[in-house]
Amino acid sequence: MSKGVAITGMGIISSIGKTVEENFQSLVNKTPGISEIEGISTIHKDHIKVGEVKITNEELCSFLNLPSSNNYSRTALLAEIAAKEAIKNAGITDINSCKTGLISATSVGGMDLTEKFYYSQFEEEINRKFINSHSAGDSSTKVANSLGITGFVSTISTACSSAANSIMLGARMIKSGKLDRVIVGGADCLSKFTINGFKTLMILSETDCRPFDANRTGLNLGEAAAFLVLESDECVKKENKKVLGYVSGYANANDAFHQTASSEDGEGATLAMKKALKIAGVSSKEIDYINAHGTATENNDASESAAIRRVFGDNLPEVSSTKAYTGHTLAAAAAIEAVYSILALQNGVVFPNLNFETPIAETNIIPETEVLQKELNYVLSNSFGFGGNCSTLIFSKA
Amino acid sequence: MAKNLYIQHYCRIKNNKVYLNGDLIFEENSEDIKSFLKSVYQFLDPKYSKFFKMDALSKLAFLSAEIILKDINTENKNIGIILSNNASSLDTDRKHQDSINDKENYYPSPAVFVYTLPNIGIGEISIRHQLKSENGFFVFEKYNANFHHNYENILIQNNKSEAVLGGWVNIDEDSYEAFLYLISENGTIEHTEQNLKQLYTN
Amino acid sequence: MEDLKLELKNNIIELLNLEDVNVDEIKDDDSLFGDGLGLDSIDALELIVMLDKDYGIRLSDPKEGKKIFESIEVMAAYISEHRTK
Repeated sequence: MSKGVAITGMGIISSIGKTVEENFQSLVNKTPGISEIEGISTIHKDHIKVGEVKITNEELCSFLNLPSSNNYSRTALLAEIAAKEAIKNAGITDINSCKTGLISATSVGGMDLTEKFYYSQFEEEINRKFINSHSAGDSSTKVANSLGITGFVSTISTACSSAANSIMLGARMIKSGKLDRVIVGGADCLSKFTINGFKTLMILSETDCRPFDANRTGLNLGEAAAFLVLESDECVKKENKKVLGYVSGYANANDAFHQTASSEDGEGATLAMKKALKIAGVSSKEIDYINAHGTATENNDASESAAIRRVFGDNLPEVSSTKAYTGHTLAAAAAIEAVYSILALQNGVVFPNLNFETPIAETNIIPETEVLQKELNYVLSNSFGFGGNCSTLIFSKA
Repeated sequence: MAKNLYIQHYCRIKNNKVYLNGDLIFEENSEDIKSFLKSVYQFLDPKYSKFFKMDALSKLAFLSAEIILKDINTENKNIGIILSNNASSLDTDRKHQDSINDKENYYPSPAVFVYTLPNIGIGEISIRHQLKSENGFFVFEKYNANFHHNYENILIQNNKSEAVLGGWVNIDEDSYEAFLYLISENGTIEHTEQNLKQLYTN
Repeated sequence: MEDLKLELKNNIIELLNLEDVNVDEIKDDDSLFGDGLGLDSIDALELIVMLDKDYGIRLSDPKEGKKIFESIEVMAAYISEHRTK
């Protein structure tokens, strides 16, 4: 049976590191990246904590050698940095040596620029160049152009499960021979749009978030970007690539319950996990670690716990949410957590669920709270988005 | 063995007109999108008051699906939903942005924010028809018949879905359009890229 | 108090887009959530914004809303006692 689709490269930038290695070190040293917001002046700044990348847009532009006339949104900047790291990591010198595509994901898009320059665009012509950066497809196009990708390019926008759906679509396109290689992932930056929006839904925590804790008070928003390079077996053989891991299982289902809340019994999540196991051809007992969606909202963690219990019963592997490190990075979440899943497999380590004290009474799931050395063969990663969009990915060891 | 797939039903909503399978079933010269969508709702009469809480994009997606699925029993059916558009949720994004821009009158609405994602409309269709199937939302410059044909075909051929609701639902400023269709093993119009393109442009 | 109750009924219908509900259909002690008017969690959040915007009452915990929004009667009593606008 096929192991899955090969992953030959990864790239990431988040509040806990600018590279894959930096992220890994933060994870194993238990150094989270949750802090007060600095880059955006919002009236909520004393009432929220965020997973902010402490690098200004100017510094990001400089790092990418972009001319000052550029119109890159912060989302596009983060995306390009992560995508370039992934390409380098995969040892790609000629991007079009085989049929290559890009599938990215975002929810914020260029909103960070629009909210800054919207009114001034009427007056100052210089700011009108940012109008084109607004759309969801803009960062994908910019990254594709920058990498020289001439093949298939698309953008997925399904909220917090977006990047998982990018990875899923990418894997399918490789399996069906539509593409030989695909860069998949997502990016989102912090913006007043999302800060104010989530505040009005009353699901932001004023303190460091506490996934799966009975006394959790909500999520911390974060910003990040991450990409994986997936390649067909032929490409891997032809170019003698090192395989970092495999995308073995994937699935998506709709909770059909509410626009933003998850059902009490986690129906959508349960369906997604079960279907992903089927694709991977493994039983729940073979999963060694669950990297949960675990946003630390009252609703998600309760619903996801119920779903995990339905699928795994009492045979639970280690469970943890890494969002206490990075915050909830929305459309990028599934991509950064895919990178963490591969790091877990490569290094035989389960990353801890920080800030946990008391389990949720109804489901009594006790997440792993220490950095645990354990041989891992299969890691399951959940990402659930507004609109009832539930996705699960299963990664396996190379 | 490969299944033969057909465009069982298709619906077009634009320029104040609603078409089902090529026939005009409703038209009204409304002054704006909101009034037009309300008129279509009243014409279809689905008795679903939650409709009025939705944003314009979700209403458009919901109504298109309502028309297509009218005589189909969707209970326990695995009908995938694959939609796309060009403007994402921009129409609603603007409304949310306006509500947070006014420092003097600062009262952002949770009900508006909830719709600042293009896939919430899929959620609404799923809730209405209790569809727990695979669903995705893509952003393209224009309706991509090649992509849709591929995805819809793969879903059914690989038994991920028994049928697929696919199409393009877009709202930007004053313009709107919907092109929604049901792909299944029943019907007379073959599910090909060419046919999808043709039905879209007519 | 009667004026306030009528005001609340009108506001709720408009704010929550309850297109097919008339003011006279909402009884003072009707349950607003669950079986009554069938409002949901997002509606509750909208009402919390309304409390702040129209009556100057700021709630910090969405769970508080559950008790206050039980019925028009309960809402009106709470607002009368705590309003700052």
